[in-house]
Amino acid sequence: MTDQTLNVVGQAVPRRDGLGHVTGKTVFVDDLQFPDMLHLKMVRSPVHHGRIKGIDFSDAEKVPGFVRALTYKDVPKNIYTILCLIGVGPDEEPVLAEDRVLYKGEQIAAIVAETEEAAMEAVARVRLDLEELPAVFDVEEALKPGAPILKPWGTNYFIYEGHHCRRIRLGDVAKGFAEADVIVEGCYQPAPVEHAPLETTACIAKPEPDGRYTVYTNTQALFFTLDNTALILQIPFNKLHFVGGTVGGGFGGKVDVIVEPIATLAAMKTGRPVKFKFTREEEMHVSSTRSGWRMYFKDGVKKDGRIIARQVTTYADAGAYNRHTPYAVTKHAANVAGPYAIPNVAIDVYCVYTNRQPGSAMRGFGVNSGAFGWEVQMDKIAEAVGMDPWEIRFINAYRNGDLRPYQKVVQDATLIEVMKAAAGLAGHQLPDRLLAMNSWDREAPLADRKES
Amino acid sequence: MPSKILTFTLNGRQVEVIVKPLMTLQTLLREKLGYTATKSGCRQGGCGSCTVLVNGEPMLSCILPAEDVEGQVVTTLEGITPRDGLHPLQQAFFENYAIQCGYCTPGMLMITKALLDRNPHPTRAEIVDALSGNLCRCTGYEPIIQAVDDAARRIEP
Amino acid sequence: MARLRGTGIAAVNYPTGMNLGGDPTQALIHSTTTGTFVITLSSSDLGQGLKTVLAQIGAEALGVPFENVLIDTADSDTGPHCMGTFASRTTHRAGNAIIMAAQEARKVMLEVAADELEARPEDLETDGKGNIFVKGSPQRSINIVNVALAAHFKYGKTISGRGIYMKPKSEVDPETGKMDPDSTQAHACTVAEVEVDTETGQVTVLSIKSAYEVGRAVNPRLVEGQIRGGSVMGMAQALMETTAPYYPAPDHAPGSFSEYVLPGPADVPEIKSVVLEYPSTTGPYGVKGVGEMTANSPIPAIVNAIYHACGVRITELPVTPEKVLRGLEAQKKK
Repeated sequence: MTDQTLNVVGQAVPRRDGLGHVTGKTVFVDDLQFPDMLHLKMVRSPVHHGRIKGIDFSDAEKVPGFVRALTYKDVPKNIYTILCLIGVGPDEEPVLAEDRVLYKGEQIAAIVAETEEAAMEAVARVRLDLEELPAVFDVEEALKPGAPILKPWGTNYFIYEGHHCRRIRLGDVAKGFAEADVIVEGCYQPAPVEHAPLETTACIAKPEPDGRYTVYTNTQALFFTLDNTALILQIPFNKLHFVGGTVGGGFGGKVDVIVEPIATLAAMKTGRPVKFKFTREEEMHVSSTRSGWRMYFKDGVKKDGRIIARQVTTYADAGAYNRHTPYAVTKHAANVAGPYAIPNVAIDVYCVYTNRQPGSAMRGFGVNSGAFGWEVQMDKIAEAVGMDPWEIRFINAYRNGDLRPYQKVVQDATLIEVMKAAAGLAGHQLPDRLLAMNSWDREAPLADRKES
Repeated sequence: MPSKILTFTLNGRQVEVIVKPLMTLQTLLREKLGYTATKSGCRQGGCGSCTVLVNGEPMLSCILPAEDVEGQVVTTLEGITPRDGLHPLQQAFFENYAIQCGYCTPGMLMITKALLDRNPHPTRAEIVDALSGNLCRCTGYEPIIQAVDDAARRIEP
Repeated sequence: MARLRGTGIAAVNYPTGMNLGGDPTQALIHSTTTGTFVITLSSSDLGQGLKTVLAQIGAEALGVPFENVLIDTADSDTGPHCMGTFASRTTHRAGNAIIMAAQEARKVMLEVAADELEARPEDLETDGKGNIFVKGSPQRSINIVNVALAAHFKYGKTISGRGIYMKPKSEVDPETGKMDPDSTQAHACTVAEVEVDTETGQVTVLSIKSAYEVGRAVNPRLVEGQIRGGSVMGMAQALMETTAPYYPAPDHAPGSFSEYVLPGPADVPEIKSVVLEYPSTTGPYGVKGVGEMTANSPIPAIVNAIYHACGVRITELPVTPEKVLRGLEAQKKK
């Protein structure tokens, strides 16, 4: 569908940054250097769950090039506030661990040195006195009585306004199951995965003569990161000058504000520029992943293929800390029933804590997992009622005017249209009955589905 | 261990520098000499973003000791970029949208140069084979494969 | 022992915008006296090309050539606030903010041009090539550089504009989940073809064919880039990737690209796509967004294709040869 009145929108113009990329002249954070720049490396927990009894820096301090160590005592407000900035609380992750660690790789102390090698050597010589505690790794085990409790408020789940999960309730699923001809159940579990951008997370914090700090960063969210950093350092927001905008791959992996606050603190304490770049190993072992999501589906289906009741229980494995998972749980809850018009829906999504590297945003946050669950389940339903996988989707696809499980009326529906186009592209001939459908009105026999 | 004086040819010019033992060629190029086109994706020899040419052969500069290029000829992306305009390789990548974030691009261009220098008319299979040590997370590779094919025809029609 | 082929489908929606809204973005536009229109933002380009598409939207809304629009982004001292690049929000939010700013700037530009051409602003047209002319009398025209100079030096006017787009934050009912989480939905359907080797359990993806409906493709080549990149990322998530190979146990976590399996150019299947445009009511020129969703439908399409090929329904990702072989074994026992 081309619009004759548009001149530029819709044109395949060349990339603005293309010339910089093909000549290698595009500047990434890691390409920057400043005189007297220091390097920051982290002392990280070697255990999945532990109590910190002491840290001994005496051998580390003797490494030539060692400049200083930072612990939680140096951090003015030692708490990440990323969720509060998007209106979700509470915050519970320390910038540097205080008396406990909740995942292997959690940051305990920062070492700042003249060279990267000196910083790494000093980190290796820091001696940690840790008492290892029992750890829990499975989302359902974490919710059982007797599991080690990971959160200060006494549970292993995020509390949604008094509920232990995010809830969606539309209609009456029990009634729907009773009226169904077939019940179809399924459990779906995608594993956690890594963003693996070619460029790792990095920043350089540089003191300026006027008392401000310039932070060069590859964050995906400039002001979000600036605000968080200011809150942690307890300085006015306008003391910080954040520069970025060129990122060597993000995919959601560069929104956790994980390097800027500590690097800026180190710049404040030393009066010198400080660079903190994740190694590839840190990017894999420590930086946030896409969470594993465990989804239990139970559907009530009529012989004619209509799904009349859908119940989904999901356990999101947030790992050791919130990061953005409580936000994604809400997004998952809104979307996990799929782009289908189902009159009775009950969804419970838990944000569960376990002793693993935290999960956070990744491409399709909350919906990527749901799509896997709802679309494999769809084929299972097709088989249960003896229907073709295309037909089952056409019949159940939402149209404009249908009600979403979160009680918003559907607008901009085009699921039928993409299915027709995909079938055409794949050389699959759909029956006329399906080709006659569209997203703007239903066939008469299905008109009564608008009741809910 | 003491530092050494290293002499080699970089992008057509003689260079003399002091290097610490076990300093990698990548660190030498990027941090000491300021040639930052060569990227640093993993420093484990796993992604190819650090690819440079040593005597025309593609090498992973992140695991190559700088001392090993004593007396050798090193070429980086800066060395194949002309003063005005673009090398046909670069033009092909640009026009085929074989770039997104740009971080793998220098490595891809260098490995492509090495391929086309020794095999000016590669088949698709030969292109795929040559690129197989270079990771890209953004493009899905196909535009890069097509860019290499296009570049081959531009350089030697 | 055989190589069995199968086809699988998956159909998905993807919502645009930070969930529940409350994620504003601002844009500022000013015309320099050199005929350049600078759009100042604080948005981050991750490689998807926002520095290009936002310039396209700005050029369209101003009525000037693409080459005359400059994107100046991501300096917190000079750029107005942007929530960030995530949730497939940037083209939608920043695009809308840019259109609003462009409308203000264009109004002043046309007023100045009108005075210079002794016409009324409503009688003027921009040709998209750098000229403003009187409708019906194209010889009465003025170049945008001259308009910029006249505005600044002759009339003392600023050709500039301010824009913001915000979807108000929605509450969520704790009992029912009633909420307004998104601005619109994009859609996709993928058909995947696979081959399963029943001796080794190896799955090869032969093709990924998808239809995407994105509201408006501002730059079709960049949309295609997202589809291709996402198809391969989806295939990788389906067949190769995991940070916990024995999930939920944390053992053997990969720490390098030798251990964390990612596809190379030899693994890429045939990827074909078609893009539909049904402009959304809320997006700039109807844009919905496409950046995130492109891995979502390939994954279940591949898993459904495996079931079609050999009767093994994998429900835990990634699909590994071991899982396929155990599934085939279990079938034999029945």
